Amino acid sequence: MSDNATPPPAANDPHHPHAPHAPDATAIRDAVRSRSTSAEAIVAAHLRRIDTANPTLNAFHEVFRDESLARARDIDERIERGSEVGPLAGVPIAIKDNIATQLGRTTCSSRILENYRSPFDATVIERLLAAGAIIVGKTNLDEFAMGSSTEHCAWGAVKNPWDPARVPGGSSGGSAAAVAANLAAAALGSDTGGSIRQPAALCGCVGLKPTYGRVSRYGLVAFGSSLDQIGPLTRSVRDAALMLGAITGIDPRDSTSADKPTEDFCAGLDDAPRSLRIGVPSAYMSSANDPDVNRVVEEAIDLYRRHGATIVPVELPLTDHGISIYYVIAPAEACSNLARFDGIRYGHRAAPRAGQDQGSLFDLYARSRAEGFGAEVQRRIMLGTYVLSSGYYDAYYGRALRVRRLVKNEFDTAFESCDVILGPTSPTPAFLAGANSDPLAMYLCDVYTVNTNIAGICGISLPGGFVERDGRTLPIGVQLQAPAFEERRLLRIARIFERERSDCFRVAAMA
Amino acid sequence: MSSESLSFEAVAHVARLARLELSKEQIEALRTQLEGVLEHVAKIKSVNIDGIEPMAYPFETTNRLAEDEIAPPMPIEHLLLNAPATEGRFLAVPKVLAESE
Repeated sequence: MSDNATPPPAANDPHHPHAPHAPDATAIRDAVRSRSTSAEAIVAAHLRRIDTANPTLNAFHEVFRDESLARARDIDERIERGSEVGPLAGVPIAIKDNIATQLGRTTCSSRILENYRSPFDATVIERLLAAGAIIVGKTNLDEFAMGSSTEHCAWGAVKNPWDPARVPGGSSGGSAAAVAANLAAAALGSDTGGSIRQPAALCGCVGLKPTYGRVSRYGLVAFGSSLDQIGPLTRSVRDAALMLGAITGIDPRDSTSADKPTEDFCAGLDDAPRSLRIGVPSAYMSSANDPDVNRVVEEAIDLYRRHGATIVPVELPLTDHGISIYYVIAPAEACSNLARFDGIRYGHRAAPRAGQDQGSLFDLYARSRAEGFGAEVQRRIMLGTYVLSSGYYDAYYGRALRVRRLVKNEFDTAFESCDVILGPTSPTPAFLAGANSDPLAMYLCDVYTVNTNIAGICGISLPGGFVERDGRTLPIGVQLQAPAFEERRLLRIARIFERERSDCFRVAAMA
Repeated sequence: MSSESLSFEAVAHVARLARLELSKEQIEALRTQLEGVLEHVAKIKSVNIDGIEPMAYPFETTNRLAEDEIAPPMPIEHLLLNAPATEGRFLAVPKVLAESE
């Protein structure tokens, strides 16, 4: 690399801040299948690393120790017998705790679901298990996936493995930290406005937000139903392709799941794309970004240019309106979805007031919800209720839905002249814990990710470079966005970057 | 609406609509925070939306009807494991109607 600011790390230097590359999910699967290692040994090694690192990171709420080892032994036996074991055989996977699993609890990092045990598995869980994956545990998140730092959690914040003084991003911060610290080979997160891609960027992993409808949302605790998507956090582009292939497909239990055939996204991943036009919106290279973020994005543009890409300036003038649209639509949908938490059928119920045998039903709802929801969730419920309330609906919600269509039209126009859009994932590298205590400042972290969800297209964050801060090395993410259902294109173009910058695709060295 | 100022009473009203029992201090803090967010959100008022249809979902979706087939339901005992209060096979709740009504 020509850039002095990001020297390629010396793998043989024990004092270098980067740990060597850890094997990715694909490599683990291949090793397990060929019996050069066992699934049991792989899982045991991950459990040991969880024991060491999780007390610092707080990435996992719950670890399925015995169940994972038992399942690994079962996979090993099936391989020994020559049975079919699936494309994720023996791969330890972490699951964001807003995805329903029959194993353990499903808490959404909320007191209101502290003891909730799902009576069913999410469709993505059924599919991962059918593919031979081993679910090692449930990961911490911003309560109900509302946040960009994984600090708003009922049972403590998650720390960034690259620097525990900093946040891992959010809301899938536990999943990102688990993958970055090699506590899981891959993870599932959910992305409503950037909640997979932004923590992936801040933790130096690959984070893929599939097209709206690509992956079934059945069993994902709903936040913003027209925005939510489940997607993978991984250590390599091929793992993102592998995981996506395992979880996609129409689901009769989610009527918004797209009627698209399941695909092998790994096939042809290394083939040159038919066309390589990289769109760069001027609005993304803002002077308000951290200068090192802009440097890393410029380096990525140069990389693609050297690779023969045509760099196309595109205009996305509504970029800055994304946060405004999002903070009307997402809270509006959230306050409707969270109305189900009322202390009646499941979840936290407030105790009767002292001296009263039982209050009114209204009283029970209002106290159960006040006790069960954290401050950020209450804020969003209030915001959503306000923008939907009589007299304000047209001014906020109705208008936001119209500007939403304009955002989608703007992307459609941009994609007429380019194949993917490149830019930063987050305007800054990982920030210090507590730094964004003002809600609006936190919301603005998602300026480059929310519009992907608003338009329903797909996007991926790749580890694009590093920066030194306070004597620590921090990763910086680069984002690619592609039109709806063009994940294959997105992954192929991402793979070009990965081949050239394999130095960026590493796990964090824990101090 | 030229300004995004909210009264204490307006925020307290929204809290009732949202079924959240909040203290005076919480309502006052939320009043300031919501004003800040709404002031930012108000920027979309500058976007020309003449003739633009609202977009509630990313794609035009049509209703998909399932086959009219009986599927096994989840066992009631299983579902009641999460219930905060039960009486037999039922959920226990406070009286919905007052004695005098």
